[in-house]
Amino acid sequence: MSNGTAIDAGDPLAIAQGWLEAGRQVALATVMETWGSAPRPVGSHLVIDGDGNFEGSVSGGCVEGAVIAEAADVIDSGKPRMLEFGVADETAWQVGLSCGGRIRVYVERID
Amino acid sequence: MDRRLIFALNEARGARRPAILITDIASGDAHIVNEAECADPSLREAIAAALLSGKSGLVEAADKTYFLNVHVPPARLVVIGAVHISQTLAPMARLAGFDVTIIDPRTAFATAERFEGTRLVADWPEDALRTQPLDMFTAVAAVTHDPKIDDHALQAALTANCFYVGALGSRKTHARRIDRLREAGVGDAAIDRIAAPIGLDIGAASPAEIAVAVLAEIIAALRKRTLTQNLGEMAA
Repeated sequence: MSNGTAIDAGDPLAIAQGWLEAGRQVALATVMETWGSAPRPVGSHLVIDGDGNFEGSVSGGCVEGAVIAEAADVIDSGKPRMLEFGVADETAWQVGLSCGGRIRVYVERID
Repeated sequence: MDRRLIFALNEARGARRPAILITDIASGDAHIVNEAECADPSLREAIAAALLSGKSGLVEAADKTYFLNVHVPPARLVVIGAVHISQTLAPMARLAGFDVTIIDPRTAFATAERFEGTRLVADWPEDALRTQPLDMFTAVAAVTHDPKIDDHALQAALTANCFYVGALGSRKTHARRIDRLREAGVGDAAIDRIAAPIGLDIGAASPAEIAVAVLAEIIAALRKRTLTQNLGEMAA
């Protein structure tokens, strides 16, 4: 839980604002839906700039690389897209694999 | 998304105002609402529910899919009185996820040595609360036993609609407190909101046990009763 009035320095939306004010191109990735044991809750953010720098997370590190690559396209095109990650094998998470969840991540450019 | 939405969201979060970012995921169109009544009628119910639960998620309405990203301020605890109870209440509340501030103008009590790692304000509540105002996401526990220190903070907490307002003292002490608050113009409905004697009735004896009883009562107010009622009224 963050401090009373101040927003935490590592907060992705605060970082996004700082980057925008510095004139950097910014894409925002948001976890919009999760199934099974997803490591980050719905609403979590990853913020990416035009050079591929990033802060925050949408998973425990499993899919960040792919999201950053997609974010580069989104920054170029300006078109938001919904990404889906997870395991195809339904039995995988019935036996309780810790990273057997699925997530949907929305990536959009901030203009 | 327009960058002004990010800026507005950060401003609301910094000011501890609830805010929901609503995104139409097909078009990418987004806007912010702070309460349900300002929203599109088809989304009002979902927004009211999201404010209550604090949970973000996808919502289907009028053939569209929206994502509601909910930002509700983190709960805060302001303890009036740097006393023995506060020495255990502060670290326990921090462990439970509260952002804790202790206010006590008596510098002999409010020492960093006695309250390592806790934000301490060695000032009168009327001064301290000017720079850090109370709000409905804040709990206030007044534990000094001294009306000169406690009473103003209690009035401020009731005015700000804090989700929990508790005051230490026996039934007799509280009866005298009620007389003073009435004289100061506080209404009976507001006075009834004060948890006194403070804390859940678990037969607490030591200061640390009283701290457990107080923290449990605060959590009950946060999760079960008062905060959800306040938000419900706001969202209705």
